[in-house]
Amino acid sequence: MLDISAWFNDLLAGNLIFTPTTLGYYWEGLVMTTQLVFLSLVAGLVLAVPLAIMRSSKHKWISLPIYFYTYIFRGTPLLIQLYIIYYGVVFIDGIQETFFWPILREAFYPALIAFTLNTAAYTTEIFRGAIKATSKGEIEAARAYGMSQSLMMRRIIMPSAFRRALPAYGNEVIFMLHASAIASVVTLMDLTGAARFVYARFYAPFDAFLFVAAIYLCLTFAILYFFRFLEKKLLAHLRPQNT
Amino acid sequence: MLDLQGYGPRLIEGAGVTIQLAVLSLILAIILGLLTATAKMSRNWFLRRTATVYTTVIRGVPDLVLMMLLFFGGQIGVNAISDMLYYNYEIDIYINFNAFAAGVITIGFIFGAYMGETFRGAFMAVDNGQIEAGKAYGMSNALVFRRIRFPQMMRHALPGLSNNWMVLLKTTALVSVIGLTDMVRVAAEASRATHEPFAFLLPVAAVYLLIASVSEWIFVRLQKRYDIGFGGQ
Repeated sequence: MLDISAWFNDLLAGNLIFTPTTLGYYWEGLVMTTQLVFLSLVAGLVLAVPLAIMRSSKHKWISLPIYFYTYIFRGTPLLIQLYIIYYGVVFIDGIQETFFWPILREAFYPALIAFTLNTAAYTTEIFRGAIKATSKGEIEAARAYGMSQSLMMRRIIMPSAFRRALPAYGNEVIFMLHASAIASVVTLMDLTGAARFVYARFYAPFDAFLFVAAIYLCLTFAILYFFRFLEKKLLAHLRPQNT
Repeated sequence: MLDLQGYGPRLIEGAGVTIQLAVLSLILAIILGLLTATAKMSRNWFLRRTATVYTTVIRGVPDLVLMMLLFFGGQIGVNAISDMLYYNYEIDIYINFNAFAAGVITIGFIFGAYMGETFRGAFMAVDNGQIEAGKAYGMSNALVFRRIRFPQMMRHALPGLSNNWMVLLKTTALVSVIGLTDMVRVAAEASRATHEPFAFLLPVAAVYLLIASVSEWIFVRLQKRYDIGFGGQ
């Protein structure tokens, strides 16, 4: 243990910018970014599954409102959505008296809500595409077995749709990681926020931003390899057979 | 006209900035994308490697971080170069690194990487026999590119191009963070000043939707144009 800290001090010796203190800011930023991205992705996924099923419904009055929602959230910049929720939440009548107020007053939750609604919209469309691509034969086979609509959805359509959606969903996760950088705009100290702070403190843009860019690059690669691994496992049946 | 508590004219000006920024960076991105795609398909090892590093790094880092790097670092970099020129060669130039140029360059660079991938796939989809036929007619490489490869490549590239454009359009909103007065910045300032966020942010969101819808219509027409000769699928 002592060795490592000595090595660490050696590494930082003479470096005015990357001191243990500033590295601490970057670490806190990493925790914040991971929390924001992870929580919004999980919540977005939970929202997107029923929305995608509704979006693929044959009834216009079910699918159209969902289309309207995804169209608006995919057609406008996330920054605007964040501003609307961040600045707008104060003006909901009576919100300041409810028990939500202490939560919503901080920047974290408006940002989380904006990110969740945004990623849910994109994920809904990804899943809808995957559901639509289910082969007719599988559906007919399920019907021939006398499966009900919901059983067919649960046992036949969703499992294969999830797998088909995997590559596109991996892109969405990376997109979300990159989009989360705008959390720093509403005063959150995420990775980009930490970089901005270090830049402002030392007036060293190259050090501050190149370092954070390298961290983002590593995170992106980690996500990329994780999804490649998942695809290898879950889409094994689609790979060309080795003879 | 639209007054919006006196912010109307500034919002319209901001919309102009957004559109100019988007169109100029699209042009830069297309040029860079074509160069990248060419480099990626070239026989030269070094060119291929450089293009791969460019597309990988750019697509792995958030746009906002790249934008800040170029915007905050750009002036320092430019000053260092002009200082060096002055001390070594007594060339006295002063280059002002403005936010608009930084925005166009960064967005162009970012989407050049995405366009490169789109164009590469599209170029590879063009039938090799067509290129050989062009050469057999005695066309020069440039002529083959202009008359055969480019028009057919565009047919395959348009869906990806339209996708990239939609993302690019939304990315322009980020320049408001680095101090450019586009419509998002005006709207954010106005909402803070008047405490009426919906009155300004919702119209701006609507303008984005409008631009997206208009460009979708244009892309559908372009696709029809480039699909001529393929039964207009």
